[in-house]
This record gives sequence, C-alpha cells and structure tokens, in this order.
Amino acid sequence: MGKTLAEKLWDSHVVRSAAGEPDLLYIDMHLVHEVTSPQAFEGLRLAGRGVRRPDLTLATEDHNVPTQDIFAPIADLVSRTQVDTLRRNCADFGVTLYPMGDKEQGIVHVIGPQLGITQPGMTLVCGDSHTSTHGAFGALAFGIGTSQVEHVLATQTLPMDRPKTMAVTVNGDLPPGVTPKDVILAVIAQVGTGGGQGYMVEYRGDTFESMTMEGRMTVCNMSIEWGARAGMIAPDDTTFAYLKGRPHAPAGDDWEAAVSYWKTLVTDPDAEFDAEVVLDAAAITPFVTWGTNPGQGAPLSSSVPDPADFAEESDQVAARKALTYMGLQPGTPLRDIKVDTVFVGSCTNGRIEDLRASAAVLDGRKVADGVRMLVVPGSMKVKAQAESEGLDAIFTAAGAEWRQAGCSMCLGMNPDQLAPGERSASTSNRNFEGRQGKGGRTHLVSPLVAAATAITGHLASPADL
Amino acid sequence: MEKFTVHTGTAVPLRRSNVDTDQIIPAVYLKRVTRTGFEDGLFHAWRSNEPDFVLNQQRFNGASVLVAGPDFGTGSSREHAVWALLDYGFKVVISPRFADIFRGNSLKAGLLTVMLPEKIVQRLLDDISDDPSTQVTIDLTERQVRWTGEVHEFELDDYTRWRLLEGLDDIGLTLRHPESIDEYELGRKPWLPSLSDTLNAT
Repeated sequence: MGKTLAEKLWDSHVVRSAAGEPDLLYIDMHLVHEVTSPQAFEGLRLAGRGVRRPDLTLATEDHNVPTQDIFAPIADLVSRTQVDTLRRNCADFGVTLYPMGDKEQGIVHVIGPQLGITQPGMTLVCGDSHTSTHGAFGALAFGIGTSQVEHVLATQTLPMDRPKTMAVTVNGDLPPGVTPKDVILAVIAQVGTGGGQGYMVEYRGDTFESMTMEGRMTVCNMSIEWGARAGMIAPDDTTFAYLKGRPHAPAGDDWEAAVSYWKTLVTDPDAEFDAEVVLDAAAITPFVTWGTNPGQGAPLSSSVPDPADFAEESDQVAARKALTYMGLQPGTPLRDIKVDTVFVGSCTNGRIEDLRASAAVLDGRKVADGVRMLVVPGSMKVKAQAESEGLDAIFTAAGAEWRQAGCSMCLGMNPDQLAPGERSASTSNRNFEGRQGKGGRTHLVSPLVAAATAITGHLASPADL
Repeated sequence: MEKFTVHTGTAVPLRRSNVDTDQIIPAVYLKRVTRTGFEDGLFHAWRSNEPDFVLNQQRFNGASVLVAGPDFGTGSSREHAVWALLDYGFKVVISPRFADIFRGNSLKAGLLTVMLPEKIVQRLLDDISDDPSTQVTIDLTERQVRWTGEVHEFELDDYTRWRLLEGLDDIGLTLRHPESIDEYELGRKPWLPSLSDTLNAT
C-alpha cells in the first residue's frame, strides 16, 4: 500500500524507532520567539547543555511587540524583560535573531516562508500552536510546548507518537467574495474544535490547488483550531514558483534536485487515510464566528443560533455560555451585529495578499464613525511591500491606523487590545474569551469581511456595500 | 521531574467543555521568564468575574484533582497552562478528551492527564459536586481511577507510564542515543535551509 504525504514526511525524519517507544524525529528547522523560549534556555543552562544546531534555529520577536513604536524600548517593563531575555539567550547560545526594528522582523510564521526557510519535505517546529501554517508548503509543521522547545534546542529531535492521518477534501470553485479564511472557518464549524485531535491533516482537492501559497497558509494556520496536530498541502508548481529565488531557497543544481524530490511529496494513489471530511466549495459563503471558540461559526447571511437547537447537551451549554459572554440574542441576524474595532493582521491574515484584499474594498471609502480599524502587517517586509504599492495610503485615507509588524491584537500581550465589552471583527484565529483583551468580544472574519465591516460598522461583506 | 505513582485527593468539578489555554492562563501572564509562580494567573478571568466559579467555592479548597468537560486545553501551545495548574496544587486533570499539545505538555511536565469516557466523567462530576470531601485516587501503576464504589481503568501508553513512574525527563532519554542523531544528520539533503551564513556574518 502506498503512503500519504504525512507518512512520507514522518518516515523520512525518523532518527530512531524502537518497539514500545515513540519515534525520535529529526527537526529540520526550529523557529523561536520570546514567549515560549525563556524557560527552555534556562533549562539548558541548568543542565549545562548547549544548542545542538544553532544553524537550524531562527528567532524573532513578535508577541510582545508594540506596533506603534517598534523602534523604542518597550514601555511595559515585563514585556521588555522578556524580549531582552531572548536577546541575551540568542547571544549566549549563538542563535540568529531578527529583533524589533530589523527589516526581517515579523510574526514567526510570516517570516519563515518569506525567507524561503519553510520548504517542502521539512519538519519544522516552534513553541507556538500556529506553526501548522508552514504545512502549506508540504512540510510537517507543528506547535510544541516549552519542554519540547528545550528538547529540540538540546538535541534537534523530538520523541513523538505518530498521529493518524485525515484528508479534508474540497473541490470546486469558490464563489466570488469567498476566501481561504471562509473555507477553514466552514471546515471547523462542520467538524468542531476537537474534530482533528490525533490527526495529521492533508487538505486536498482542486479548491486548495487553486489557492495561492498565502491562501494555503491561511488554511493550514487554523488546523490547530480544530485540534489537528498538523495541516498540510502537497507541494506543486505554485509552491515552487513561490520559493524560487527566496534568500534561503535552494539555487542552481540544488534547485533542480530539490524540485525533483519535492515532486515525490504527494499522497500515493493507493494510500489510505484513517478519516476523511468532504466539503463542496460552491456551498461555502462568507463565514463569521458568533461564539467563543472557532467552531462556533456560521454563514454571514444567517443569524445567531438558538442554543436549544443544538443536538448535544454539552453544545447547548457551551452555546448559552458563549452568547452570554458575547452579549448576543438568538435569532439576531449576524449582519446586524455592530463592532467597535476591526483588526486586519496576524499569522492567519497578515500577509500582502490579505492587505491587498482589504485595501481594495476600502479604496475611496471611509471607516464608519466610531469604528477603530487597525491594519498590522505580519512582517516588516510585508509592510515595506504594502507601502511600495501604496496600500498604506489607502488605509490611512480611509481612516484606518497603519502599524508596524507584530502579533498585535491577535492576543493580549502587547498594547493593542480590546477594552472590556468592546467588540471586534478580526482576521485573527481565536475568538476565545478575553483573547484580544480582558472582556473583549471577537468575531473571526476574512480580510474582505473585515474591510466591509469597517465601512458599515456592522458585520458585512463587500457585496453589501 | 517528580515520580508519579499513586495520588489521592479531593476534586473540583469544572463543568465546561472546550476549556482553552487562554482561559487556563491569559496571555498577559506569559510575559514572565520564570518557570514557577503562575498560580495567580490560573483561570484568572473566571476567578475574578464569577463569584460562584468552582475555585471560588470554599467547599473545594485544597482539591488536587481537576475534573473537566471534553476538549480540555485547546488552543495555544503555552506550557504555562500546565505550570499554572501544577503551581496551584493540581496533580491530575480528568476529562473525556484533551487537546494534543496540552496533553503532550502535561505528560512532560509531570501533570497527569487522564481520559475517561464522558458518562463516567459525568458521574464523577456529580459525585464530587454532591460530596466535595470525596477522595479520588489516581493509580498510575494500575492505570485506574477509584472513588467511592467506583473503579475505572484508563489508557496510557506503556512508555509514557514508565517515564512518569520513574520521573525521567525526555532529553536525558534522547541523549542516550547520540549516535543515531549523528548518523541521521550525515544523510540530510544538502539543500536544506541553514542559518549558517547569517551566523557567520554576525
């Protein structure tokens, strides 16, 4: 029997396999940021260990970054200490770091692909659950905890039990105005937040094949939001074209050898998945969340659900609790929900195509009175690219704030936060209680819906304008 | 890591599903660079906003077992969630289902996460709610959870069980086989990305 893509990636990285033990996997690239690494470096010091492969380790600063003032020392002393600790650790252990203010700095999952460091066939880890993003290149990429960060620093390997495999198959053309974000939100709403637990997921079908690399990254990014260990898409000509010429991509003869290897990284026709989920692209419409986990989503054209309508009692309880937190009444059309803040950015939707999509909607229009809109590029390179295209001018003319690169309002670790009770339409990945600031209420949306919502002041798609 | 064999203690019923790690410990507590002292952040929003929240109820004071609804520990990979539970005094979390990363983190840091079928967890939730003094025993040697009149087996792979019983850390175990890593590295594809140029330049 043939192998799935995930099995090929797994098998080619097994350093050691023994009966009754987890496989020991080699890690080709380890991305590091300031939040989940300090205790790992401290563990190395206490044990008298070094970093085995500093050349396969890359650090940047993203979670704590103040996006209004990236060139000054961080005012919050606790945040500043964390960033300073990363700098000291990278200096002590010989790890490359792109700090705040560097032209290569940005969200860890944006800079890896941008540098050509994320390539097909690799294993890639980071102390961050959205590491699944890199699976868009046909890599095995997953988030790890701090104990595992220390393990990879010390050994460049990880002991892991092999997860099962699942296919998510979507075929057909997406209707106009429907984006990769809508596809993944629709997938999560169908399978639930725990649906992928224990699985490495491969997104298959011509809907994904037609997506750009950035669209594929949006899809794979949110694999963790339905519990999947990893999400991936087989590499193809779109992948190769994206990589060619990037700073760390193979060149010359290496390029030819790499591409011929990468072409083997597809699921064999006779391979079998342990599970499969199928969606019809034509049936997907702009999707938004109404609740407090990414699985509590619905088409923008629908209404806030009635908790009593859920089959499972636990879902009813969760929905009631979510609606209380969100301050929503069952039956309210989702389009009637007014927002205070719109956030465009994050490792989910902070790339150049996301900014272009939002800018195209905002061009010549104004952000509604009383609505604050933040546009935060995912990296300093994305920022520079957007400015060279004049996107910053479109955003600021519309009344949006144009910021520097960081995680920003995706999570409450830096000055960009919602105030208690404030409501946002956000292109980020999590609508958990308090995720964007204590008491904040989050609706996850695509960059197109974000822009239209900013203009109307209530959840809307460009077709509503 | 401390050895884990058998633990007996009282338990707290957390009747919520999809408890994500942002609820277990909000991001603002993640700015710290230490490994201990996260107990103040545990369930911070619920503890401060909900007077009736289980951890605010005196009758559950001193509990060392947390019993929760399905899909506990979803979301962010932050191991701080495990540290916060340990620092607060929890030794075991019981749920019908855990998120993968949280479960991996817990078993590496020495917090035992035990999966039991949903209807058994429901019964345990009811029993500890009715009588908060109920003593719950989690026996890793026998892979059993026991409380007044109830005995239930749970699954945990032999390797992880052995590691927890012996209190062994993964890095030490991996470093018993340095030759396997050396050998693997000799066969890596030559074009794979490396930061060596960047390192040499600085």
